[in-house]
Amino acid sequence: MHSSELIKPVKQVRGGVKVSHSKNTKDMPVKRIHAPETVTLPMSQHIGAPCTPTVKVGDTVKVGQVIGDSDKYVSAPIHASVSGKVSAIKEIRTATGNVSQAVIIENDGEMSEFEELKPPKVETREDLIKAVRESGLVGLGGAGFPTHVKLNFKPDSGVDTLIINAAECEPYITVDYRECIENSENIFDGVHWIKNILGFKKVVLAVEDNKPEAIKIFDHIASTDDDRDEIKVMPLKSKYPQGAEKMMVLSATGRKVPPGKLPADVGCVVMNVASAAFVARYMKTGKPLVSRSMTVDGKAIMNPQNIRVPVGTEIEYILQQCGGYREDPVKIITGGPMMGASIVDTHHPILKSNNAILVLGKKDIAIKKETDCIRCGRCAVVCPMALVPTLIERHARAKDTDHLKLAGTMVCMECGSCAYSCPAGRPLVQYMRNAKAVLREAQSK
Amino acid sequence: MSEENKILTVSASPHRRTEDTTGGIMIDVIIALMPALVLSVVLFGFRSLLVVATSVIACVVLEYICRKVMKRNNTLGDFSAVVTGILLAFNLPSTMPLWMVVIGDAVAIVVVKQFFGGIGQNFVNPALVGRIVLMTSFPTYTNSFVQPFAWRMPNVDAVTSATPLAQFAGSYTPDGVVSAMNSSEMPTLAQMFFGICGGCLGETCAAALILGGIYLCIRKVISPRIPLYYIGTVALIMLIAGKGNLQFVAYQLLSGGLMLGAVFMATDYTTSPIKTKGKIVFAIGCGILTSLIRIFGSLPEGVSFSIILMNILVPHIETLTTPKPFGTVKEKKQKEEAAK
Repeated sequence: MHSSELIKPVKQVRGGVKVSHSKNTKDMPVKRIHAPETVTLPMSQHIGAPCTPTVKVGDTVKVGQVIGDSDKYVSAPIHASVSGKVSAIKEIRTATGNVSQAVIIENDGEMSEFEELKPPKVETREDLIKAVRESGLVGLGGAGFPTHVKLNFKPDSGVDTLIINAAECEPYITVDYRECIENSENIFDGVHWIKNILGFKKVVLAVEDNKPEAIKIFDHIASTDDDRDEIKVMPLKSKYPQGAEKMMVLSATGRKVPPGKLPADVGCVVMNVASAAFVARYMKTGKPLVSRSMTVDGKAIMNPQNIRVPVGTEIEYILQQCGGYREDPVKIITGGPMMGASIVDTHHPILKSNNAILVLGKKDIAIKKETDCIRCGRCAVVCPMALVPTLIERHARAKDTDHLKLAGTMVCMECGSCAYSCPAGRPLVQYMRNAKAVLREAQSK
Repeated sequence: MSEENKILTVSASPHRRTEDTTGGIMIDVIIALMPALVLSVVLFGFRSLLVVATSVIACVVLEYICRKVMKRNNTLGDFSAVVTGILLAFNLPSTMPLWMVVIGDAVAIVVVKQFFGGIGQNFVNPALVGRIVLMTSFPTYTNSFVQPFAWRMPNVDAVTSATPLAQFAGSYTPDGVVSAMNSSEMPTLAQMFFGICGGCLGETCAAALILGGIYLCIRKVISPRIPLYYIGTVALIMLIAGKGNLQFVAYQLLSGGLMLGAVFMATDYTTSPIKTKGKIVFAIGCGILTSLIRIFGSLPEGVSFSIILMNILVPHIETLTTPKPFGTVKEKKQKEEAAK
């Protein structure tokens, strides 16, 4: 093994914040938990069109069987995550606050697999796109964008770089890291499959430098590659939000994704490392996305750990499996502490894109009182998108749409660096969302 | 388990926040001002502490009353009134009558700060406006300075001494500056560095102010850009004005309110640009104005006026220097690409 596969970022990400890593669960292997008695599978678990149920109440389903699909392009089918009987189809509210139709399956405890599942035959790019769609894969890093849409760029559109994102810059979350440690073979295979079939000229495996083990594994993957020298490993400075998609593209290629455009528009595809590993697993087994790994952590949970759970498991059930509460929880968050959503009650099901449940106690979070802006400019210093959040807040209050547009309001990705660093405790992400709403409202008139 | 009835906090992300607070930042500024305060008591005696204490108490009380009358929340916890009080006092001679100090505080806190909405809203530096009002209203008091250590010689008449800048005033020709520097009344550079010369109570000791500035930079309360560009610009212009006489440049940098102004006044968050480029433009502007007033103006010193003038220009500097959001292409480039 040699270490010549390491490359430096082409450009450094501006701003950003140094958050404490809190990667408490990094040495805990992912454990499978017992499947719950019922699972609730919302028909909208991804960015794009929601699915329509393809089963009826009373139907018997098996693990991996399609239970919801859509004829829209930007969508991904939903599969049964346990075997059993469909007990209800009704509207529910998901953790993000959206109302969605959901199929509820009563688990028969057998976990018997759907007989028709078999490894797909993949030779051409069309085969690959089709297979990825059928697998139900959506971005496992948190955003939940259907992967087949991401991969389906035009062959002659100049897309040349595949970036595998294992930065995992959010505090607490360690599932991507565990994926690197436990599943390196699948990552290796997935990367090769995607690279060879879709014809990427370059693959960049990106990881923050607080995970030396992952860098070692990636280096091994890159150096056991054929002699064309197309796979490189890019260690990144540990800084939030290194792992954001546009930041990844900037680090790996120096290209900037223009506002309102996608990485593919500048020749890049960014994939989460667990998504890449899943593609390989699907190619080998034909088993669709019915379970996922997640980190359960925080001072208020009894046994912090990494677990693999069927999609649609109720959060309450997961908390019980992790030993219940150690102390009174102050906040429960799906996702990381920087961008995750705090939830009202624990009866929501987890979705394909949920990578963590954080049960935060008093010591984990300080609830800050909001005071007047002192124009210290820290929000502007840390903004990776070069915005000035405090000015945007003022423009939004004045409903000054011209200035809001000029200030690049829509470029904001809500990473939370501004609000994190604000000494006056201002909820700047909330204000940025307000500003976007003001703009949207003005544009719809 | 009794988890069913747990009440959870729900709020927008992020769920982690920095531990820095506005109050903490202001306390850092106060700490940074302490060396200069101690030195001023050493140099100008207990009277100096009395002026500072009066000013601080007046500012705090006035802010409290203002917020109460205006039916707004109490903001004493952010300690910004304390900072204003110290800074205004630093800009006054130690012999200032205390009731005049209170008038200056009233202008700073009531008129400049609270009338415009309190912390973060004033468009000019409150302490500087307070000083200017006092300077124009009571010039005899604001312009008479005692010799350092005069307080330890009670038998000697409180000698009023001309500040170094006053001695330079009107003689900004290459020959004039040399003869001014050679005059017996002019303190040595070392004396000036440690503040052993006539002047306002907090501004004479460059060493203490620089120490405070370094502390603020280390604590990341201010970026060194504004002080460095400000002082650098003055140095450059004075180098040209003095035909390359470095001694003259050193005298200029160490005298008057330049150090206090550059480190503590021009770096005020509220009245300086937010973005780096704007900060640089702002600081260079302050430097040019200060030099011009010193060389051509009828006043010996121009730090206060130049910072106030640049304060007023801040909104325009901001509009002109705000960088483009990530990924936006400049209009020119866009047109060029379209032409291709």
